[in-house]
Amino acid sequence: MPIANQTLDEILDLAASHFKVPREKLSPDEDFFKALGIDSLQTLDLLTKLENHFHVELPDYELQGVSDFRTLAGKIQARL
Amino acid sequence: MKQFQGQTLSWDVANGVIELALHREPCNEIGALTTEELEQFVAELGALSREAHALIIYSALKSGFCAGADLRELYRRIQQIGRVEVAKEIRSYLGRIHHVMNAIDSCPLTTIAAVHGVVFGGGFELALTCDLMIADRMARFCFPELRLGLIPGFGGIPRLKRDLGNSVVRDLLLTGRSFNATKAQQIGLVSQVVAEGEALRAARATATQIAKFDRSTAIAAKKFIKPIPYQELQREIDIFCELFAQPAVEAGLKKFVESSDAQPYLP
Repeated sequence: MPIANQTLDEILDLAASHFKVPREKLSPDEDFFKALGIDSLQTLDLLTKLENHFHVELPDYELQGVSDFRTLAGKIQARL
Repeated sequence: MKQFQGQTLSWDVANGVIELALHREPCNEIGALTTEELEQFVAELGALSREAHALIIYSALKSGFCAGADLRELYRRIQQIGRVEVAKEIRSYLGRIHHVMNAIDSCPLTTIAAVHGVVFGGGFELALTCDLMIADRMARFCFPELRLGLIPGFGGIPRLKRDLGNSVVRDLLLTGRSFNATKAQQIGLVSQVVAEGEALRAARATATQIAKFDRSTAIAAKKFIKPIPYQELQREIDIFCELFAQPAVEAGLKKFVESSDAQPYLP
């Protein structure tokens, strides 16, 4: 499934704003754990933030092994 | 003791409302010290209840309400004295923590859990003892125990089953997934979802409303509608102890404690 740029952009915007990281420093294929400098509890925060924003329910086991924004966007888009 | 300032929690009574604040870094993990201080709290609860109508339980930490049992402490204990000896201690410990949970569950106050962030395992079980749950929209709930080869041991399953349906318990327990406050409200677990940082304020407003009603009527209503599932709670302790005796538990704890994974909570 092609990833809608809008979904990806919104994820990058949300992540930058929530974790106070300059938006221009984030790119779609980057490892978000490293780019955002987040631990496991903060990752849950990101998941909740994304679920609330996109009004989706994303079981966290579906995110196992997901570490870049583009794949994350694909997972969200599959539930929109 | 109207006020208490402990190492893991504190309480205060003002305007008929007891506020129990959890504040053990990193996320209020329930270990030996927290358990002792919770025991002190419930020992005082009878006296406190005579001058209060409501109890609010919340976390003073940004990270969340409570991440559950202190698994690192448990793992260290196994390393010190061995799994077989710890397994013998576990039944006695569960008896103590169930005493705490049952005392809060059945106390003659209207009780409110104001939750945010992580509400996992034993933390979720503590919140389930309360009559009402008010959640920050960033709250997240989970029973991750199966990944350790265990079931929740602080009374979570019987209480969740009492309050919701068996299918909800199965979903949470058997998948180990977490879910957010909106979902929690949809399934009837949470009575109010509020903006980030607003759960305690909303709980205080609710406690003010509760004060308008006659106490003896509220106590009778609570007793009628919220029975303590003692038999199932005892069965939960038995099953937990049977499972704890299996080697899979030590392996699960080791994996969690030594994990450098960014998502160690995932099954």
